[in-house]
Amino acid sequence: MAAAAYDWRAIVADPRFQDLHRKKTVFLWGLMVFSVVFYFLLPVGAAYFQDLFRIKVFGPVNVGLLFALGEFVVAWAIAFIYARRANVEFDANAAEIVAEFEKRYGSRS
Amino acid sequence: MISRRVVIAAGAAAALGVAGPALAQGAVADKWRWLTFLVFGAIIGVTMFVTYLAAKRVKSAADFYTAGGGVSGLQNGWAIAGDYLSAASFLGIAGLISIWGYDGFMYSVGWLVAYITVLLVIAEPCRNIGKYTLSDILAYRNNPRATRIVGAISVITVSTFYLTAQMVGGGVLVKTLIGIDYEISVVAVGVLMLAYVLFGGMVATTWVQIIKAVLLVTASIVLVIMVWMQYGFFGDFLSNVVADPKVQARVAQILGDTARNMTPAELGQRFLEPGLLFRAPIDQISLGMALVFGTAGLPHILMRFFTVPTAKAARVSVLWAMAIIGGFYVLTLFLGMGSAMKVGADQIRAVDPGGNMAAPLLAQALGGGADSLLGNFMLAFVAAVAFATIVAVVAGLVLAAASAMAHDLWVGVIRSEHVSPQEQVKAARIATVIVGAMAIAIGIAAKGQNVAHLVALAFAVAASANFPCVLLTLYWKRCNTGGIVAGMIVGTFTAIGLVLVSPNMTYPKAVKAAAQKVVEGAPARVAKLQSDLAAATDPAAKAKLEGALAGADKDLAAAKVNLDRFKNDETSLVGLEKPLFELRNPGLISIPLGFLAVILGSLLYRDKRAEDMWDELYARQNTGLLVAKAAAH
Repeated sequence: MAAAAYDWRAIVADPRFQDLHRKKTVFLWGLMVFSVVFYFLLPVGAAYFQDLFRIKVFGPVNVGLLFALGEFVVAWAIAFIYARRANVEFDANAAEIVAEFEKRYGSRS
Repeated sequence: MISRRVVIAAGAAAALGVAGPALAQGAVADKWRWLTFLVFGAIIGVTMFVTYLAAKRVKSAADFYTAGGGVSGLQNGWAIAGDYLSAASFLGIAGLISIWGYDGFMYSVGWLVAYITVLLVIAEPCRNIGKYTLSDILAYRNNPRATRIVGAISVITVSTFYLTAQMVGGGVLVKTLIGIDYEISVVAVGVLMLAYVLFGGMVATTWVQIIKAVLLVTASIVLVIMVWMQYGFFGDFLSNVVADPKVQARVAQILGDTARNMTPAELGQRFLEPGLLFRAPIDQISLGMALVFGTAGLPHILMRFFTVPTAKAARVSVLWAMAIIGGFYVLTLFLGMGSAMKVGADQIRAVDPGGNMAAPLLAQALGGGADSLLGNFMLAFVAAVAFATIVAVVAGLVLAAASAMAHDLWVGVIRSEHVSPQEQVKAARIATVIVGAMAIAIGIAAKGQNVAHLVALAFAVAASANFPCVLLTLYWKRCNTGGIVAGMIVGTFTAIGLVLVSPNMTYPKAVKAAAQKVVEGAPARVAKLQSDLAAATDPAAKAKLEGALAGADKDLAAAKVNLDRFKNDETSLVGLEKPLFELRNPGLISIPLGFLAVILGSLLYRDKRAEDMWDELYARQNTGLLVAKAAAH
């Protein structure tokens, strides 16, 4: 098995990998915590802030409806923000690391 | 080699099963039933043709489990949507909205937000690390034998719960829609699904899911456009909802006495406000946790990420899935509220008390009603899509359970990976038949049981056992075999155990006490209604009182049935007179316990391999190094 030739410790210790790891950790877990907190505002609001949810904004449309629709928009926005950064930045960083180490150790096991 | 004849024979057998002699009255009238069979026959024909094409491509275990990793991101996105939009979310949420308004819509949000978790922390690492199953990810750095055993047990548990809900729900649904006997529809779903999975493996399953998702989305868009043409777009539509007498009557019915001083406009507006369905907020939060973390632990969803070639394709597939699933739920708001106006909650509940018939009945009404060709064509179409939905979801679940059985338990544990490629495919097919036969048997055995909470239980187990294990083995250096074994066992058993002592179970003593009260109160209630009826002069009031009288009779009959059914029982399945635990969904307690078990188990156990393999796993999950290896070996 050629994969045994891979020095994984060296890859993880590589500054480019460390940089990717740091960027991804902060960005991903930040988005993750935000999305979970934002999601739970909906059931919590619907349960404990019903007076707020009932306030009409225009016509019969109230805060609760807009908030629930907003959950969809925010979920899509998070997905979009993540995908853009991953497509542009993370993928390029990872590709650099892959190219470097597959050249050094071989790409097939 | 699978011959073309076998595939055709299986398709014909399934079609015969559907068109069998045992027909009763369903939502589709007798004289229009041929239309449903025609539409459904067309769907079976197309999917069987796809299966025939797929069967030629399935040669290796990788083809069977993951379509050889050759599915594109776009295709996989549609297939995920097809896998995820089960009858529960497709018919169920439209029904909840039509009966309960805002709360039903709020419920749908969690089903989409769940994919944020999948997108951010699960999909890409799983693609980079996994091969065929969830346990492959766990076995990467932990003791393969131990983690494959606990992983397979959890995967089979989750899939069986989900499967049972689909089979029983599907049987009831088909009976309600078309009037085919319950047992026949369970067998028909089972045989069709087996034909797809057995011959076409993941290739056919993927295409069945894609076809079903496209049909589902098309049908929904057509219905929503027709709803908009009649009731207007967003603001006008909602104004119509508020002003609708059927909606106002439904809110008055839910609120009872508290509605007495409300104006009709206030009643209608109340339909757009929270709190009609969910009275215990903590249950909502607990269910939300199970959804948001459980989806990322559902084995049949995780398995879909092994079908794409790269982490980027996995990302693209979640993005498409989120667009389709989210768009679908937004449309559901209009489907649900549209049927609340066009059909009315009373009529929807008369056909099915859970509201599952809201979308099919809306289709019929929009097309021109029960006597029109278009109305019946649209009902037939929606009914056929519903059937295809069940078959597609069941196929994905059976494949997930069969892969755990064949790949993890037989190849991984019993034969310690010493299995030839031909034998692997054979094992996969045998496991598929076993799981499929089991699904049919469970479906028939569980006839008449209340299985609605089983989907929620499947999510709870996935969130409490699978999710913490997968997440921590991917991201936490100290995680090891001890943690995975502890987490899987604690997560699975606390989730199931808490449900067994929760209000979801049937408590005969409480049921009988309530029934007794109804029976005792019935004479007085009927006498009062009859005297009111005699005194009433206004025809509308008279009609209302007559309806109430019929309702009283129905309640009395139902109470007598309950008294009789439980006459020898005093306690629930686990011997309790009343629930020990008030939460309907265990997520709030069992998810933190699952995480805690993984953490404590890891800290208390020494595992050299898990530590040594961390750098390799972490480098690979982040970069996709050597992904070709996972797809090829």
